[in-house]
This record gives sequence, structure tokens and C-alpha cells, in this order.
Amino acid sequence: MKTRNIITNTLVYFVLAVLSVIWLLPIAYLVMTSFRGESGAWLDGYVIPKEWTFGNYTKLFTDTTLFNYPRWMLNTVVVAICSCVISTFFVLFTAYSFSRLRFRMRRPLMNVVLVLGMFPGFMSVIAIYHLIKLIGLEQSLIALILIYSGGAALTYYIMKGFFDTIPRELDEAAYLDGYTKWQIFIKITLPLSRPVITYTVLTTFIAPFVDFIIASVIMKDNYNNFTIALGLFRMLERENVFRWYTAFCAGAVLISIPIAALFLIMQKNYVEGITGGSVKG
Amino acid sequence: MTKQQNTGVKKNARKIKAHANNKESITSLNALVHGNARTRLSLVISGFGNIMYGQIIKGLLFLGFQFSVLFIFISFGMEYVSKINTLGTETMRSEYNDALDIFVNVPGDNSLKILLYSIFAVAILVVGITLQLASVKSSYATQLDVKRGKQPNSFAADLRSMLDKNLHTTLLTPPFLGVAAFTLLPIIFMILLAFTNFDRDHQPPGNLFTWVGLQNFIDVLNFGGTKGNTFFGVLGWTLVWAVFATFLNYLFGMVVALMINKKDIRLKGLWRTCFVIAIAVPGFVTLLFMRQMLSEMGTVNVILQSWGFEPVNFLRNTMNARLTVIVVNLWIGIPYTMLITSGILMNIPKDLYEASKIDGAGPLRQFRSITLPYMLAVTTPYLITQFIGNLNNFNAIFFLTQGGPPVTDYYNAGKTDLLITWLYRLTVSFGDYNIASVIGIVTFVICASISLITFNILASAKKEETFS
Repeated sequence: MKTRNIITNTLVYFVLAVLSVIWLLPIAYLVMTSFRGESGAWLDGYVIPKEWTFGNYTKLFTDTTLFNYPRWMLNTVVVAICSCVISTFFVLFTAYSFSRLRFRMRRPLMNVVLVLGMFPGFMSVIAIYHLIKLIGLEQSLIALILIYSGGAALTYYIMKGFFDTIPRELDEAAYLDGYTKWQIFIKITLPLSRPVITYTVLTTFIAPFVDFIIASVIMKDNYNNFTIALGLFRMLERENVFRWYTAFCAGAVLISIPIAALFLIMQKNYVEGITGGSVKG
Repeated sequence: MTKQQNTGVKKNARKIKAHANNKESITSLNALVHGNARTRLSLVISGFGNIMYGQIIKGLLFLGFQFSVLFIFISFGMEYVSKINTLGTETMRSEYNDALDIFVNVPGDNSLKILLYSIFAVAILVVGITLQLASVKSSYATQLDVKRGKQPNSFAADLRSMLDKNLHTTLLTPPFLGVAAFTLLPIIFMILLAFTNFDRDHQPPGNLFTWVGLQNFIDVLNFGGTKGNTFFGVLGWTLVWAVFATFLNYLFGMVVALMINKKDIRLKGLWRTCFVIAIAVPGFVTLLFMRQMLSEMGTVNVILQSWGFEPVNFLRNTMNARLTVIVVNLWIGIPYTMLITSGILMNIPKDLYEASKIDGAGPLRQFRSITLPYMLAVTTPYLITQFIGNLNNFNAIFFLTQGGPPVTDYYNAGKTDLLITWLYRLTVSFGDYNIASVIGIVTFVICASISLITFNILASAKKEETFS
């Protein structure tokens, strides 16, 4: 029995090691390519670069006539901060109303949100593009912020799930002490909800960094207002890929570091959010 | 069970109470049937009742809203709404101007503007009607207060109730204005586009488009035609893709989680981090990088050739491309499932395994008879969202293959295109908004029915309480 256990454990270690290599190798290779001295997307028959350089990173910040990486970074951060603040408030308000307040339109509104959420999100983006064009905000960062945060109420489920777990007795006690519903929301519920607020802030902050489809429809060819994802995608287009491939890798590494850090921080909140608190351990 | 009965009883009690207080409950209908003259007149002149009861500010606010809604609707909406049945008749044309002695462009109609502004005008009208009814209800509420011998609420008291009794209105108004403007209106607009001929040949302002009834649906759902042929081809692959992407990720992710969480495996944190780093990098970055690695002269082929193998065409041949996207998606998806399922796996009661061991079950048997059923029961909602997410998994396809390899007998689609990437290309590259809208509506119908059916099955399964 014991030897059998040792054999299976060795096997498991072996498989895990192989899998870890498979999962880490592309990331390591991406980092390596970002330091490659030889330009071009194709390899000349060998994989390990013969020349190492920081040039790809400096190029991003100096060679800004065609691809203005620092500007895109700034755009993305501005959009991310604004949409993150607005979205978080929208989600908080919606989730709290649906979880804690009782009013006649509650059920119907929740059903409307459920149905709207089943339309492919991209479908409305096309219409929004025309709508925004008509009010003269086309290809602007404001338009992007409005779109990222406008529909935020539709994603209230995770936060509502969290609010539902806060005992109602707390609310009732505060109510008997003469608190208004607003005071209960601010002074009782919010302080208890830090994990789920962190989760919402981080996810809504990351969204503009990793979104391509919405930004590409709204920005079209306005290079100055590009976000990171759009810009990096452009670097790999046929006419640019030779000169910009290694710079793309450098840009990708730079953008991945903060996002990976944020993701690692919220890992636990993320899992709890998705599984809706069904994890007890 | 008792809990359910209890809530049922409560609900009934509430219903009976509501019935007894029927006249007292403030609904639009009650207000119009039982309201006095002041209340009923509020239906015509917004805020009339409130003003007559001395709630001057509130009444004036209602009146102000009524005027602005009417003003917007008449001054700007009417022009467009009146053209809604044709979506415009005059295209832009050049006309000789005698006074200036040159040709000048005379702007014509713009179908897009007509449709969009009409929806906007109707939306404003709906808001107006809602406010009008709110005014009637507000007047009725005051009427009831006065009848009970209470003082009508002061404006300050009304404001205070916005943070207490009516907090839901205060909290929900901003988010739902956002939803109305950025989700609801656009979706209505897109649904209406499905009944027009707004395609690459009818682009306003140069050309106009008009209503064509169900023609687009007939085109797309017709087996024989190019569009129908493409639609069913793409739909078939979309479903196959979603099934494979969802269930393979689920299965393998769970196996990885089981291995990491096996009783005497050490360095659990390290193994987990290896996988988590892979998903912490944004998906579009890894996908674009993988595309480059897998291309004809990419890293993988260079390595294969240096080992003496033939280069493989990963992305240019239908079968290979389909396999590649599924495998690459495994690379992205397995860590997610691993993360999600780890915690739940730990919750499976240990005695189940011990009992099965005594009965002589091996690890495979345990996985099939204990782990899998338990996990399926707990994570079905997650699986459904994953499945629907994969039906609409734009990134995995677009960044890897861009839908390719393209084929000539498809209508601007390739062999790995999903409905969503096809929709993207039709609108962004070709301007076939009508067909794209039909695809969007069909996608909605598929997603909605899948969720409804599975959640219903889930609800009935829950009643049997297999695992609680």
C-alpha cells in the first residue's frame, strides 16, 4: 500500500512539473523576446537570442511618432480610473437596492436586467457608436468611459450575493436605533463589504486594460486616443510587425506586470465571487 | 420545507392585507378611480394636485418636467418620428443655386438619424408618461394624507424620504439611466435594424435604407443561400467549440486541482502560482503571442524543423486551426477552473471517499461516482455561464485566427469564426448591420433558452436535495 502511494505521488509530481513548464514556458519566452536584440517576428533558425538589449523598452517611450505607447498608457489609466469609480458606485447602488430594499418594481427590474444581460454585449456597441457620433463624442475617451461604466448595473450579481449574506438583524437593530435606510447603507453595510468592494474596484479597473472589441469599434483610427490593447494589436499588423514585434513583447510585459499583480491580490476575492460563497473552507 | 411553507403563508397574508387596503394602496389605477378632481386633473397638468395641496415646489418640479418633455418631443422628436414609416425619402443631392451661381449640396434625409432619434423621442415620451403618472400618484398620496387628517408632506420631508422610505429610487435612478442609454436603447435600435436593409449598399447619408420586414431573417435562416449556408456552418462550429472549450477545460482543470490538492503533495502554493501567473497575464497578450509562435515561420515550427520534422500549418488549415484554438484555449482556461474548483473540492465530505474505499473503489471510480456528480451539482451555474461565455468568446478566436481560414462559399466568414466574430467582421469591416443584427438576435435566443432550460432543470433537481 505504501509503495503504491509513493509511486502515485511521484507520478503526480512529475505531471505537475511538466504542466508547470507548459504553462510558464510561453510567459518566460515572452519576457525573453522582449529583451531580444534581433528585430523581426520570425526566427532565423535559432530560438535563444544572440544579442540582448533593453532597447525594446526604451523604444516604446522614445520612438513615439507612429506608436505613442506612453500616451496610450495614460489614456488607459484615465479611462480605467474614471470608469472604475462610476461602475463601482453603480454596482453598489443596484446590488444594495435589490438585496436590501423592498419595492414594487424590484422583481420586474431584476428580470429586465437578466434579459438584457443575455444579449451579446458587442451588439449594443455598434449602436452606441452611432449614438455617440450623433452627439459629437465619437472616438473620444469620454465615450469609452461612458460605455464601460454605463451598463455596470447589469453586473450586480456578485455584490448582491455578498450583501445577501450580511445578517438582516444588523439592519433591523440599526433601524430601531433610528437610523434611516441611507445611514444603514453607509454605516452598516459598506464597512462590512470591503472584500466585495475590492473585487469590484479591481475588476472594473482591469477591464479597460484588457478590452479590445469595444475600444476598437469606438476609436477606429484615432491613434492618439488608443488604449493599450488597441495599440499593441496594431503593432502586430503586417506592415508594422517586422519593426515592432520585439517592442510589442516589451509593451506586453510592461502592461502584464501591474495586471498580474492586481490579479494575484484579488485571487481569493475572485474565487469567492464566482462561486457565490459556496466555498466554506 | 417548513421555511417554504412559512414564506408562502406570509405571502398570502400580505396579499390579503393588500386587498383590504386596496383603495389605500397608491397605484396609478387607484389614483384615477378613487382620486378627487385635483388628482385626476394632474393627469393633464402635471403637478396640479400637489400645487393645490400647497406642495408648491414639488408641483412646480412636476410641471417643469412635463413642459421640458413636451418641448423636446415637439421641437425635435416629431420631425423624425413622422418619417419613421419610410426612414426617409430624400437622399443628399446637388442643386444649382442661381444666386451663388454654383452647385450646392442640399442635405437629404438620414435613415440612421431618423431611426435613432425616433427611438430617443419615444423613450423621452415614455419617461414623460411615467412622470405624469408619478404626479397623479403623488397627488393621490397627499389626498389620502389629508383625508386621514395629516398635514401634506413638506418639500423637506419629501427630500428626507428620498434617503429613507424611497431610497431605492435615489439609488437606482443613476445606474438605470446608464442601462437605458447604453444597453436598452442600443439593443432596441439593433433589433429594429434587423428589419431594415441597412447593409454595405445602403449606407446613409449617401444612400438611405428602409424597412424590409422579415427578409433578413429569411436570408440568414435559409439553408440554400450563401448567407444561410454560412450561418448554419458558423453556428455548428460555435456550438461544437463551446461544448469542447467548456467541458474539456472543466474536466482537465478539475484534474489539475485534484492533483494539487492531493493529500500528501507538497508545495501546493508553488504549483498553484505557476498556473495563476499564466492567467494573470492579459488574455489578448498571450493569444497574440501564441499566434505569432504558431505561425508558419514562428518559434514552434523553427523548433520542429531543427529537430528534423516537417513544419506544421497550425492556423491555415481548417482542421488544424480548429484543434489549435481548442488546445490554446485549454492553456488559458484550465488555470481558471483549477482556481474555482480547488475550494469546492475541499468541501466534498471526506467520509464519502473513505466509505467508497472500503467498498473497494479505485481513484477512477471515485472520481466518476463521487467527485464528478458532486462538482456538477455545485458548479452547474458556473458551467452555464462558462458555456455562454464561450459561445461569445471573441478573444480566443479573433486574436488567434481572426476567424480564418476563410472560405469562398461562406459569406465573409472563415472556418473558425464564431457567431460573435462573424458579427464583428460584418459590422466593422463591411457595414452589413442588418445581417449582424439578425445574428445578434439569434445568439440572444440561443443563450436565453440554454440558460432558462438548464436553470429550470437545476431548480427541479435542487428539490430532490441530492447533495445537501
